[in-house]
Amino acid sequence: MASVATSGRRWQDTLEERRFLAPLLIAPAVLFIALLVGVPLVLAIYLSLTDATAGSLTGEFVGLRNYLDAWDDENFRRALKNTVIFTVVSQAIVLVCAGFLAHALVRNFRGKWLLRFFILLPWAAPVALSTVGFLWIFHSLYSVVNWTLTHDIFPGGPAFYPYKAINWAFARDFWPGAIQITPIEPIDPPQWLGEPHLAMAAIILIHAWRIIPFATVIFIAGLASMPPEIDDAAKVDGATGLRKFWYVTFPLQLPIALVALLFGIVFTATDITVVQVLTQGGPFNSTQILTTWAYATGINGAALGEGAAISLYLLPPLALVAIVMLWFARKVEVT
Amino acid sequence: MKRESLLSYLVVGPFAIVLAFPFYWMLMTSLRSDDDLYDIQQVPFKFNADSPTINNYKFLLQDTDYLRWLENTVIVGVAVVAITLVLALPAGYALARLSGRWGQGVGVGIFLTYLVPPTLLFLPLSRVVADLDLNDRLWSLIVVYPSFTVPFSTWLLMGFFKTIPPELEDAALVDGASRLGALARVVFPLSVPGILTVVIFSFSLVFNEFIYALTFISSSETRTISSGVPIELIRGDVFYWGALMAATLIPAVPLALLYNAFLNRFIAGFTGGAFR
Repeated sequence: MASVATSGRRWQDTLEERRFLAPLLIAPAVLFIALLVGVPLVLAIYLSLTDATAGSLTGEFVGLRNYLDAWDDENFRRALKNTVIFTVVSQAIVLVCAGFLAHALVRNFRGKWLLRFFILLPWAAPVALSTVGFLWIFHSLYSVVNWTLTHDIFPGGPAFYPYKAINWAFARDFWPGAIQITPIEPIDPPQWLGEPHLAMAAIILIHAWRIIPFATVIFIAGLASMPPEIDDAAKVDGATGLRKFWYVTFPLQLPIALVALLFGIVFTATDITVVQVLTQGGPFNSTQILTTWAYATGINGAALGEGAAISLYLLPPLALVAIVMLWFARKVEVT
Repeated sequence: MKRESLLSYLVVGPFAIVLAFPFYWMLMTSLRSDDDLYDIQQVPFKFNADSPTINNYKFLLQDTDYLRWLENTVIVGVAVVAITLVLALPAGYALARLSGRWGQGVGVGIFLTYLVPPTLLFLPLSRVVADLDLNDRLWSLIVVYPSFTVPFSTWLLMGFFKTIPPELEDAALVDGASRLGALARVVFPLSVPGILTVVIFSFSLVFNEFIYALTFISSSETRTISSGVPIELIRGDVFYWGALMAATLIPAVPLALLYNAFLNRFIAGFTGGAFR
């Protein structure tokens, strides 16, 4: 490149040399991120070690007392447990559903564009607003779910009430111990957001519903990047259907599935919107998660220090996710 | 071939119905009159009484601050997208062209900051915003939102720039163009799809953001739609269900159309960044 340069452009050359140009181009972004992510993160750690209240950014240094105080609260431990349950169960549902969907969507067929539009809707809609939609779907009086459960869905034909089938299958005395489901009564339909277990189920379903499109998109990316020779090789070896999936597709897709899973975990565990809009942690704090409990303590309860401590309990799991991602990125780099 | 696409329909069809059902239901609700909506004897899958009606939409647009919230969101969105591009474009380009450990390290580092969630930062930031006297002003959101759009966009753009072979630039340099000239005339036109993708996804992240908007903003006329609808339209026991559902549909449908149109580019950028 140097041979092209003439002596009259020396200043420009220096600027254009990679050694100087690259840091110059990267620096603004790095500085901005350091200022708006790094500094608040350090500030959060500092606050969690003080007794700061809503009025000020400083407070008396109290060591780990905020962390211990938070831990001693029964609501905190329930919030921690709920965060784990919501994340694990919803992501399990997401992985299975997205796996099926991606395999079906990677092919070309008529009307794919429209169907893909429908599937992308939950991901594209602002979460706070679609959760308001679920407030209505699970409404105590006008819930469409309950209406469908307790009405004859083939009017004029054979009388079929969905709740009867559910009661027949699940709400029995002899149902193997662990799961107990009370029968559904048409005059007293399930209160989805008013009963702790049902509210938890609703939250899990909403999380799964909104992450499935994202995971599907990532899975499609993985399937699309599989070289066609592998398909041919599998065909030559006589691997089809389930066998091909288990021995060929599954091992090859594992890395990208892991990416989708890690993102799903981060999106679910650190989300506050769904629970804050749907139940605000209720009924009776039964659906609190770490983020809503931090909000309730730090903003509503004005205990800034303890709120920061509660949200910082999220940091170790996030660091773990980051380490797995780094390890994964390096592994891909080597191959 | 025929059997395979039948199989696709059998899998995708039911999923599409379940995933899109809430939006179908929002549409139904938004078109029904109050008399119809709150009559328990009616079949909710049919229009009864004086439905369908557009009164809910009229109410939403005329009697609430909804248009104001939409306007605020767009203002914040445009400003955030501008800041994001100014910061992420040069960084993404440099990181894509910078080989070796150093560049890789910074790239991964920037990406990892995307994993630090707003729910961890909103408490200290709420105090900083108050101390800077930005409380209840759109500026607070314009300054803070790029903290999650920049890492994400830098990562996506890095992936896009990696797909543009450096030989193209070198050829322009040999032809006598300066590096900036080569950038403007060769690289930029090729990266327009990538830039568009970043614009769309940054914009939609701004539409989505809830916790900062909830903590920093306190008066109705400064809200964005993501916090305005659940906070201001739900007041005590008074629910405007028809209007609430209309409020959700209005941004959701265009956003989903954009996502659908740019999905392939998003996939290319996301996987091109590092995981290939």
